[in-house]
Amino acid sequence: MAAEHAQHDEHPHASAAKYVQVAVILFVLTALEVVLYEICYGGLAPSMAGLSSQLEPWFVELLLFLSFWKFWFVAMFYMHLKFDNKVLSALFGFSLVIAFVVIVALLILFIYNRGLWWQTGQW
Amino acid sequence: MSSAAMDHGHSAGGHHTSLPIDNRKLAIWTFIGSECLFFATLISTFLIYRGQSVSGPGPKDIFEVPLVTGGTAVLLFSSFFVVMALNGAQEGNRKKLLTWLSLTVLCGMFFAGMQVYEFMHFYHLGLGYSTNLFSASFYTLTGFHGAHVTMGTLWLATLLKDAIKGNLPPEKSLNLEIAALYWHFVDVVWIIIFPVVYLMSLGN
Amino acid sequence: MTTTVLDTEAAPARRSALVEWLTTVDHKKIGIMYGASAFIFFLIGGLEALIIRAQLTGPEGKLVSAELYNQLFTMHGTTMIFLAVMPLSAMFFNFFVPLLIGARDVAFPRLNAMSLWVFMLGGIFLNASFIFGAPNGGWFGYAPLSGREFSPGINMDFWVIGLQILGIASLAAGVNFFTTILNMRARGMTLMRMPMFAWATLITQILVLLAFPVITVALIFLMADRVFGTGFFVTAAGGDPMLWQHLFWVFGHPEVYILILPAFGIISEILPVFSRKPLFGYSAMVFSMAFIAFLGFGVWSHHMFATGMGPLADSFFSLATMLIAIPTGVKVFNWMGTVWGGSVRLATPMYFALGFIAMFVIGGLSGVMHSVAPADLQQTDSYFVVAHFHYVLFGGSIFALTAGAYYWWPKMFGRMLDEGLGKAHFWLMFLGFNLTFFPMHFAGLLGMPRRVYTYPAGLGFDIYNLMATAGAFVLMLAFLVFIWNLIKTWRGPANAPADPWGGATLEWTIPSPPQEFNFGEEPVVTGKDPVWTARRAAGVDRLPEPAHVSGKGIHMPGPSWWPLIVSVGILVFFVGFMLPKFWAFPFHPVGILGFAITTVGIFKWAYEPVDAHATHH
Repeated sequence: MAAEHAQHDEHPHASAAKYVQVAVILFVLTALEVVLYEICYGGLAPSMAGLSSQLEPWFVELLLFLSFWKFWFVAMFYMHLKFDNKVLSALFGFSLVIAFVVIVALLILFIYNRGLWWQTGQW
Repeated sequence: MSSAAMDHGHSAGGHHTSLPIDNRKLAIWTFIGSECLFFATLISTFLIYRGQSVSGPGPKDIFEVPLVTGGTAVLLFSSFFVVMALNGAQEGNRKKLLTWLSLTVLCGMFFAGMQVYEFMHFYHLGLGYSTNLFSASFYTLTGFHGAHVTMGTLWLATLLKDAIKGNLPPEKSLNLEIAALYWHFVDVVWIIIFPVVYLMSLGN
Repeated sequence: MTTTVLDTEAAPARRSALVEWLTTVDHKKIGIMYGASAFIFFLIGGLEALIIRAQLTGPEGKLVSAELYNQLFTMHGTTMIFLAVMPLSAMFFNFFVPLLIGARDVAFPRLNAMSLWVFMLGGIFLNASFIFGAPNGGWFGYAPLSGREFSPGINMDFWVIGLQILGIASLAAGVNFFTTILNMRARGMTLMRMPMFAWATLITQILVLLAFPVITVALIFLMADRVFGTGFFVTAAGGDPMLWQHLFWVFGHPEVYILILPAFGIISEILPVFSRKPLFGYSAMVFSMAFIAFLGFGVWSHHMFATGMGPLADSFFSLATMLIAIPTGVKVFNWMGTVWGGSVRLATPMYFALGFIAMFVIGGLSGVMHSVAPADLQQTDSYFVVAHFHYVLFGGSIFALTAGAYYWWPKMFGRMLDEGLGKAHFWLMFLGFNLTFFPMHFAGLLGMPRRVYTYPAGLGFDIYNLMATAGAFVLMLAFLVFIWNLIKTWRGPANAPADPWGGATLEWTIPSPPQEFNFGEEPVVTGKDPVWTARRAAGVDRLPEPAHVSGKGIHMPGPSWWPLIVSVGILVFFVGFMLPKFWAFPFHPVGILGFAITTVGIFKWAYEPVDAHATHH
């Protein structure tokens, strides 16, 4: 039983240097999000028409991809899930799974009712 | 949550905890898990009502990328600042703690101020709360996020007051840790809101 | 947090009984207050049901108006779900979870007190609506009926705001009990050694935590529609009333498991004790309960088959719903396996527990019938559905909660309930229940819609309604017998030993009623059913009667006013939403006052100095 009732972990955390690295990554990812928007729809679109037309179909997917990694870095390092008790990761992960299922199910239910989005291509 | 007592934590009364996690930390994570569903419902509604408003103005008429990008950057930085402050608190480095925690509180105030300014600006452009579906779902989602930011700022400011008085020694750094966890959660919600609500509404 | 060092020797009682109860943070006192207030709400809800049944006794009933009838069935449903079954379960969570897991209190005693007060004030607030006009849009408040256009009065404001207040109580309790069960278990009590009621509580709290935020948001939308004129559920504004239905049932289906899982837990405690045999298939019971809860998030649209969601959605939700029959079947067979071959002792708790199994199976079977979407189109919104959910909620939850009351009453109050009256209670309730609700199946299949305040003669409904009304009055009689049992034994001697039933779990190792600190010495557990393990080890049939201990040196949290004050603040804040516009204020000053009380209360709470109320009692 000694293991199960062990002393609390002494401050599970990364080093300050790690925090700085993560901050840089977050900043770069946010900048990429904005640049992606500017290329597809914003001020850069006219001057980069070729790239713009290539990226535009994937705009939503790329944005979600970039924000997923931002989310992941904050959760893992700033919220120290990477170093902390796995129960906490399970707790957060399970809640996120249920939240995600609810979002996706609701979107399908409503989009389906508005007429077969895979046929019209319209959200 | 800051008020959550820890009578039975390892520090008081000698009661052990079954998991090697403090009660308050487990509780704040439980609360965060619950909040996931709160924001999931708000975001779902915003997406379901995309393009369903019967009258304007719509997102393309009013959203401005530079302003909200500024707010986003400030909130992201504040997450970084608060981990540095926690680092200082755990090391017992008073100067580090005070510097970074003050910066965090300033960031929180700046973000809340940005949002107030943004809402007033949108209102002057003709977007009241009940103007259309877009305005109602947008203001409800970002408004509740803003309320979370405000509460978090208040919480961190209270801890800053403690820290200034010298009431946040390393053995009490958990007080800051749980506030920081809440703060990061508010930040990750914005990490989703920023692209999903702002950028995607401006795209097609 | 204040800390009081118990010192029973020098015990000058300086606090009056009223102050003691208003400021208590003791989970047992909080549990008793949950139980007492919920039982009163249960009686109010029952009275509403009796008026409904009296109105429907025969065709063309004239006892109440259509409007009052709408208020009665809305308040009956809302009361029974949110103010009776949930808080009656909360009574057992509060009183028994710390005892079952060998803890001295919950993780956050003051938060626990706040849950109680918020619930109690919310319940009083909801029932106060009868003075002004009670909610009349059904317990699931479907938009657009519940919107401002079709419900212009104050009625549905009470419902929206009342539920919002009650949600706060549930969420706070959810965080508290989740933390308590994961973190406050006795040494050696691993998760897979926990009593089944602790498991049921844990899983119920997960459902509360993940389902209540959804209704909170849905209620915020509805409140915004009603108060600020937004169009979330207004079709003219492009809003979609279907969104309300979906959000409501995303919450609503987990909610029905929130109502039944604690019942499963109680039954799983009682059957082994009265069969003198450990629970059959412990881990299968745990996993099936977890599986039911998990699936509970993926079946909500089976409440909405009639709304025309399309074949894809109908098929998915049909199949997911049918899947739930599997873990539920596992539980039913395991309960039967527990009783099978045991040396069964038919005391009152066992009567109710066995009654639960039979009634719940009937309700479960009609539930599987609803999962078939085409069949459901015939059954939905008919009395067949009314019969179904009363078989699971009354035949299920109320039977189990009553079983729990008979089982745990001696531990709570140190008095045995009368067995003769208990059995009379059971038979009256069993007969009355079936007489009330079984005929409703037939009325429903004949086409009688639910929520009609009267019906014409000659449609074949008459005899079934007459039977149902007769049954309802038998049920009333059953609960009068119960109340008489409580009064009679209350006047009698405190005759309950520590372990009247030969129980298996830790609460039976301490005196009845327990002392403030529960366990003089913190228990250490080496396996499931710790009392039985200890008895076998000692080679005795009963453990010796535990003595009262002084509790000297045990640190217990001290009383606090702040939970009550914060709760009042929350109530006043929400009342601000339903008051008319006041001069130039964007939000009514009463609401602002409530917000201020809440905020100040939380700060005072957080900084409440240690030993502020160091009463040495």
